[in-house]
Amino acid sequence: MPEKKKLALIVHSGTLDRLFCAFTLGSTATAMDMETHLYFTFWGLNMLVKGAMEKAGLPATYKHMEEQMKDKLKEMKYPTPYEMLKRMKASGLLKIYACSPTMEMFGVKKEDLIPEVDTIAGAAAFLDLASDADITLLV
Amino acid sequence: MTGETKSDRELDCLGLYCPEPVFRTRQEIDKLAVGQVLEVIADDPAAEEDIKHLVKRLGHQLLELQKEKDGIHFLIKKMK
Repeated sequence: MPEKKKLALIVHSGTLDRLFCAFTLGSTATAMDMETHLYFTFWGLNMLVKGAMEKAGLPATYKHMEEQMKDKLKEMKYPTPYEMLKRMKASGLLKIYACSPTMEMFGVKKEDLIPEVDTIAGAAAFLDLASDADITLLV
Repeated sequence: MTGETKSDRELDCLGLYCPEPVFRTRQEIDKLAVGQVLEVIADDPAAEEDIKHLVKRLGHQLLELQKEKDGIHFLIKKMK
């Protein structure tokens, strides 16, 4: 049995447009039987706080399009970012890493995070898994 | 139903966009036994390329791909 392909993605952004970008790639990767490693840092880390992902919006430049975009996504029956994350988790192929210095910087405690987070980790953990990954991206 | 091949399960992805047809197709493939066939219908313009790549990557077989008025019909045989 050949080893599974690996996707390693840094989720730096906490806005809806980029979360969709990260989770669309992640969802597809798990569907294609790839191990999917998502490392959340900075604004991305803040999206792992319970209840935060549901409130994600567009960045200031595109704020005027937010309601229109959300309405359209509903009409398209598009899943929400948290629904996508939970589905990826259910595949057994997703590992979620939370960046420890970012947690300290924003005063986020382990118990504030959604239960899908696997590990609190730093740069060495990400670089180690990225060095064995087939695809590495920053979103 | 397309062509001569009978499907064991069907999946309607009409009106759904990437990554939904791919994600749901994978979920349905998981419910098949080896040798069974899934029919998927999708109208996302990306589905033709995406589902071909999904099936190839997972090592299954795309028996048929037919473009009809209501969408693209795929017949996928689970190989392992």
